[in-house]
Amino acid sequence: MIEIENVTFHHGKSPILKDVSLTIKRGGITALIGPNGAGKSTLFALMARLLPLQSGKISFDAMDIRQTPSRELAKKLAILRQDTHVASRITVQDMVGFGRFPHHQGRATSLDHDKVQAALNVFDLADIAERFIDELSGGQRQRVLVAMAYAQDTEYLLLDEPLNNLDMHFARNLMHQLRDLADNHGKTIVVVLHEINYAAAHADTIIALKNGEVAAHSRTDEFMTEEAISRIYDMSVKVKAVDGLKMALHHV
Amino acid sequence: MARTFCILGLCTLLSITAFMVLGARGNWDFILVFRGTKLVALVLVATAIAVATIVFQTLTSNRILTPSIMGFDALYILLQTALVFILGGFGFASLAPELKFALELCLLSAASLALFGSLIGQGMHDLFRMLLVGVVFGVLFRSLTGLLQRMIDPNEFSVLQGSLFASFNKVDTTLIALATPLVLACCALAWHKRNVWDVMALGREQAISLGLNYKRELMVGLALVTALIATSTALVGPVAFFGLLVSAISYEVTKTHHHGPIFLSSILISIIVLVGGQAIFERVLGLGATLSIVVEFLGGLVFLFLILRRVRV
Ligand SMILES: Nc1ncnc2c1ncn2[C@@H]1O[C@H](COP(=O)(O)OP(=O)(O)OP(=O)(O)O)[C@@H](O)[C@H]1O
Ligand SMILES: [Mg+2]
Repeated sequence: MIEIENVTFHHGKSPILKDVSLTIKRGGITALIGPNGAGKSTLFALMARLLPLQSGKISFDAMDIRQTPSRELAKKLAILRQDTHVASRITVQDMVGFGRFPHHQGRATSLDHDKVQAALNVFDLADIAERFIDELSGGQRQRVLVAMAYAQDTEYLLLDEPLNNLDMHFARNLMHQLRDLADNHGKTIVVVLHEINYAAAHADTIIALKNGEVAAHSRTDEFMTEEAISRIYDMSVKVKAVDGLKMALHHV
Repeated sequence: MARTFCILGLCTLLSITAFMVLGARGNWDFILVFRGTKLVALVLVATAIAVATIVFQTLTSNRILTPSIMGFDALYILLQTALVFILGGFGFASLAPELKFALELCLLSAASLALFGSLIGQGMHDLFRMLLVGVVFGVLFRSLTGLLQRMIDPNEFSVLQGSLFASFNKVDTTLIALATPLVLACCALAWHKRNVWDVMALGREQAISLGLNYKRELMVGLALVTALIATSTALVGPVAFFGLLVSAISYEVTKTHHHGPIFLSSILISIIVLVGGQAIFERVLGLGATLSIVVEFLGGLVFLFLILRRVRV
């Protein structure tokens, strides 16, 4: 269970998150949505201890992120950031291999190699495993970073816009993969999505942030109403049921 | 990889042999001791600069900036000058060299951790901003040094000259006894943490996500860099682009991000360039003083090349 209690965060004087409290239960996929600048990535950075908490408290299964050693947390949660740039010249295989670092501290075992190989296969990277990541396309690089978080094999997975740059084939694949992780491996996944229909199709729960505040937190089918979506994104959107699934027609 | 290291190892042995025997005439006992001392000093300097440069580049996630470019050795010279200014030439000269060095090292560590630690710790990884800060620091430290030197009594100034004008062919050998264990200890620590550096090179966010205590590793790394640069500056004075030349060649020949092979190759390359170069320039060409000019020139060219390549992409 992820518990976020009264988290407030300021950049300089401007408030970014205002007294955010959330409880995310174990298991399943939670989609975090909201307009640009709502504070989604900031909340993720706080949860992953990449930014220091200014006030409030965050814990994973009662492990307070301020008290737990970083190394323990690295085995508890993995994060994919919205924009990761990798400075060094590293091959795809080695980069995914870094996901195993929290488990082996630099001395990889055959178990680690197997897990890396599995991650490469799952995200269709085996063919380009020897390539350098600065020579990949945007979508390929995104898949490498997702595979790295996957290889970290943690109970909690925070993915900030993992569908960035992915074509529809890989985007749907990734969502299916997440579904499999949640349903068959007991993982808890929180994922920032901009395309609300991916959330509608694959998430169990939706949390909406707006202006640094929680604007909605409910089961996906309950959330998917014209009223809720229009209120959060300040635009009118039609919601239609297609094969029993509520879809937002926000493109036209 | 194995072949690369065989070749590097052979070249290193060749350089060291050439340095010891080329143009040797007269009493061998004397030559061995005299040249041996100098060889040890050069190897220490080569190792210190190679390791310091690699660790610094890893901490700042770039392969262009070096501690020297960021003004570390200018800071060392400034502190040394400030000590003479405060203690007076006589007071400074009467300190034991070891004590003096230890004092300077402490001051330098404190100053560099305060200045550079906060800078890098805040995630300041933008190459051009870092470069700008380095240039500003460098100019600031050098002009403060110049100011203090003018204010120091000319008689007292002479005690500074020994250390200010040390160079590759005029090594200050009084500190070898202190420098040897220091450099060895730093290298042992850097080697021990080679897997940690691999992760640190990914940048702050990845390092934290993968479970490192980022602040602590950053401070340890900076302390290492500071101690190594202080040692090399005490022995041969400031060098600007030598470290860059060495690290650039080493990345090029190893083509890896693993710090184990990078450390080894950079130390070997550094020894080859410094000891081999000194053997050729001093013994064969009879131009002892020019090695540093050539090395700095080549390093400068590499620097320009790397910067221009960055600008293009
Ligand atoms: N380093 C910073 N300094 C000042 N303000 C910042 C900084 N980083 C983010 N902000 C501000 O914080 C707010 C929240 O940013 P955040 O990145 O969390 O938004 P987001 O919900 O992830 O948006 P997006 O959907 O565009 O990714 C924005 O208004 C942004 O301008
Ligand atoms: Mg964001």
